Amino acid sequence: MDKNETGRGISTETSSPEALKSIALKVREHIIRLSAGGGCFIGASLSCVEIMVYLYAEFLRPGKERGGNPAGVDEKSISRRKNPGRDYLFLSKGHDVPALYGTLVEMGWLDKDRLKNHLSTRDSIYWHPNTNIPGVEFHSGSLGHLPAVASGVALDCRIGGGDNRVVVITGDGELNEGSVWETLLVANAYGLDNLTLVVDRNQFQANIRTEELVPLEPLEDKFRAFGCAVRRIDGHDFEALGAAFEELPMQKGKVNIIIADTVRGRGLPSIEARADRWFCAFSDAEIRELLEELHGNVHARIESETLVVR
Amino acid sequence: MGYEELLIETAKADERIVVMTAENRALVRTLPKILGNRFVDTGITEQTMVGMAAGLALRGRKPIIHALAPFLTMRAFEFIRTDIGIAHLPVKLSGYIPGFLSDGNGPTHQSIEDVSIMRGIPGMEVYCPADEDDLLRMLPGIWASESPSYTRINHKKGIYTHRDYDPGRAEVISEGSDCTLLVYGFLFGNALLAKELLEQRGLSVGLVNMRSLKPVDEACILRCAQSGGRIFIIEDHLQTGGLYSIVAETFLKHRVSAEVVSLGLKERWFKAGMLNEVLETEGFTPERLAETIAGDLAELL
Repeated sequence: MDKNETGRGISTETSSPEALKSIALKVREHIIRLSAGGGCFIGASLSCVEIMVYLYAEFLRPGKERGGNPAGVDEKSISRRKNPGRDYLFLSKGHDVPALYGTLVEMGWLDKDRLKNHLSTRDSIYWHPNTNIPGVEFHSGSLGHLPAVASGVALDCRIGGGDNRVVVITGDGELNEGSVWETLLVANAYGLDNLTLVVDRNQFQANIRTEELVPLEPLEDKFRAFGCAVRRIDGHDFEALGAAFEELPMQKGKVNIIIADTVRGRGLPSIEARADRWFCAFSDAEIRELLEELHGNVHARIESETLVVR
Repeated sequence: MGYEELLIETAKADERIVVMTAENRALVRTLPKILGNRFVDTGITEQTMVGMAAGLALRGRKPIIHALAPFLTMRAFEFIRTDIGIAHLPVKLSGYIPGFLSDGNGPTHQSIEDVSIMRGIPGMEVYCPADEDDLLRMLPGIWASESPSYTRINHKKGIYTHRDYDPGRAEVISEGSDCTLLVYGFLFGNALLAKELLEQRGLSVGLVNMRSLKPVDEACILRCAQSGGRIFIIEDHLQTGGLYSIVAETFLKHRVSAEVVSLGLKERWFKAGMLNEVLETEGFTPERLAETIAGDLAELL
């Protein structure tokens, strides 16, 4: 698919918040549709839509060598070195991949029809990211891995003298994993201020509020104690996202942490901020009602059972 | 030349190589000054080192990474499997003090399941050079490949001058009609001496230095079965998943039956102490090996 004809593609111009909101709305529609049939992790996907749309539409830069896109689309993982000047996005909380699928469709990099193959073994559109999806830099699903992988990428960019920026989206529940903190110690030891972790702080891990299980707050203090530069913003506000990312690096030699306060299930009041609506499989009728609810028309009647999948 | 000199030479010739360690510098002492920013010590963080190695490899680098064998293969196992294995990235793992070489450290440091778990990762290669001479013959090929691999490092000087390494092929030292000893890594030297002791008793003894456990030289293993004698598998590894399992899998696959005796570690960690004492206690000195093998063969008569 030619991204210039069918999708928005990467632009060097800044989009208005209204234009970005319009993209975000479409991404949420994709996410809702992906929760039909076998279902998906809808709650954690809806919370990070603005983060993802902002990063792809506004922040990530294509490689200088060719007018490509930031994610080396159409190239398989190992040969991606062909576009070494690009910025990188790593989705470490892999279960929110519906938001990524939706964003990649709206960017024109992923054929919209492929979303119909969700959970079909004929395609690779499943519950976690993989490199058979154009735009995905690296697979994820096991939490706490991609901060380390991204640090390796950031280190190589530093060794080569590149000005690439490397962004990792992590969950807040993911911060339970010790490997995240281990990697922050190492990344700060190597002064990787070209690395940014965005924490989708939607207050929930799989089945429970983070603060009711293993409390994370005060979160800024923890990251600062590990040597990071920290900023906390409203993760659904495009202007706040823009202001935070435009000031990178926040401090020389320090890994950047952007804690994005978000709402699980954002956009659908009937499932927002609920511990029991992390993974959902809705009926077709419910999908229709949820799409109406997204557009503010009705409050959806949800009768599907709540699922505890993990 | 030793391991470190070969590593320096290889890294100087190939800009892709980045040398990493999780603060185990025994094999790479002089590297920081020589390689500059292509030497990366992540501290005592095996998981982060492996994840970062995957990231470096994504950018086209070929990381050669070092840590003590048990912590590299077990602490970081899921990172190796998930970040290096799934992506099939050219990351080269060097495991230090595997098997009996952990001597006085105790069971926390005993890497006696590393072959089993590393070969269980799709696409991961597993190499076990016998001694420094063998190591230096094998490493250029191991490092040149674009596949991920795990090498049990034994950089001690040996007592044998090996033949050049033919990728994936075992080194047949001798063929014998009474028995064949299959061995890899550090125990090769003692197996060689045990073979001489057995020959002094008039036995015809075959000896094979396996070298590569994945891919494994199936044809060589099958030839050993055809030689008629009993096969003894000597390894400082648990029976589960090591060479004993590999040989069994090979025979099953090819529907071959043979008499096989495992001289490996059976469902327990070994007694820690000075290496020579460990070998004596566990029965892996040349004399103890020869005694065990001769006794076993005598029961046949």
